[in-house]
Amino acid sequence: MKGDNCVAIASDLRFGVQAQTLALDFEKVFPMGPHLYLGLPGLATDTLTVRDRLKFRLNLYELRESRKIHPKTFSALVSNMLYERRFGPYFVEPVIAGLDPVTFEPYVCNMDLIGCINEPEDFVVAGSCTEQLYGMCEALWEPNLKPDDLFETCSQAIVNAFDRDAVSGWGAIVHIIEKDKITSRKIKTRMD
Amino acid sequence: MASVLLAENQEPGFSFENCRRNAFLAKKGNALPKATKTGTTIVGIIFKDGVILGADTRATEDTIVSDKNCSKIHYLAKNMYCCGAGTAADTEVTTQMICSQLELHRLSTNRDIVPVVTACKFLKQMLFRYQGHIGAALVLGGVDNTGPHLYSIHPHGSSDKLPYTTMGSGSLAAMAVFEAGWKPELTEEEGKLLVRNAIAAGIFNDLGSGSNIDVCVIRRGSVDYIRPYETANLKGEKQMSYNFKKGTTAVLDVKTVPIIIEDVVVHHTGESAVESMDTSS
Repeated sequence: MKGDNCVAIASDLRFGVQAQTLALDFEKVFPMGPHLYLGLPGLATDTLTVRDRLKFRLNLYELRESRKIHPKTFSALVSNMLYERRFGPYFVEPVIAGLDPVTFEPYVCNMDLIGCINEPEDFVVAGSCTEQLYGMCEALWEPNLKPDDLFETCSQAIVNAFDRDAVSGWGAIVHIIEKDKITSRKIKTRMD
Repeated sequence: MASVLLAENQEPGFSFENCRRNAFLAKKGNALPKATKTGTTIVGIIFKDGVILGADTRATEDTIVSDKNCSKIHYLAKNMYCCGAGTAADTEVTTQMICSQLELHRLSTNRDIVPVVTACKFLKQMLFRYQGHIGAALVLGGVDNTGPHLYSIHPHGSSDKLPYTTMGSGSLAAMAVFEAGWKPELTEEEGKLLVRNAIAAGIFNDLGSGSNIDVCVIRRGSVDYIRPYETANLKGEKQMSYNFKKGTTAVLDVKTVPIIIEDVVVHHTGESAVESMDTSS
């Protein structure tokens, strides 16, 4: 979600195989740069593989260019990597949230599994309960929220959305990315 | 050492390494997530001085609107634009690839303006090579030295050269408007109005199309990319603020990582800072 010079990105913590829950600490949001976070919901093995392969490409980029990547460029990097596997895709639907390293302007985008980028002005959602998330975010989000308000909005949206989805939940973590700090909060949720 | 660095697949073309695994997963019950499609109404007409392309701006994932304002008119060259319907990622990447191919062709043939039929050929050849698996249905329009041209290209690689054409799920609604209203030698204003009406017909009658109307007018020597031409559908005003009081959400754990900016390096780019090349050796 975009806020006033800040962005929020949140994920649930469940790791399971269809009906069976196997872990309650599987974060799906990974830091890719000081102000850049990447969320990878979907098949867990692809979450980890895509994260590692992207980190490799990102490291090569930062070595060649000697600077931190901009979020827009990073989303092009992710999109290209996913489209390379157009006919045998990774089962992930990435969500990217970050601040531009120079202007600190907020940026969010999400992609489908073959890399079609969607860059709206407000919020993006992905995962197994996207319909519930769309509903919650459309109702709760408003422009120019301050970091504390953005945290409340984002966490209430995600918690109430995944409470209506049987295969999501079991804890959640919310990261608020601002110019001078990143605050990660684990929230108390229903554990069912 | 080189093989460690090149462990990532850098070969040209698609990578099929996950196909066997994905087929196995599909059999086990893990169906493929849906790709974003552009339900779409895209249109093109030839008018007196050139070509007008029009598109709606909705992208869907099954029945959910995933992007309320996506851009479906893609840049190919300074005299050519291409509207795309079908699988969104396919139209985006196909038009980008052909855009770079066109630029290389332009440089190697030392031309200023590449003929529109060249772009059509490149697109057809690529789509036919993949036998329709790349789901990109395109309306290509442009003005070159022989005049304005409009092509519609289907995912299997066939193309039609027409004075007016529509593609996408809303194509029938739009074509109805064209059949009633198109005539040769339209003026620019008449043409823009006709395109606007055709896209509006698609937006309001087809479920897969919606949101705003984008228009692109290509004349010999100039292009007007009007996005949005008309915001046909505005979002409703929120009646109340649904903000929560601070502290509503129960927090288990807080971790704050400060980002300390140690060093700011500013590289100046631009005419004032251009260093001359050292050509002494």
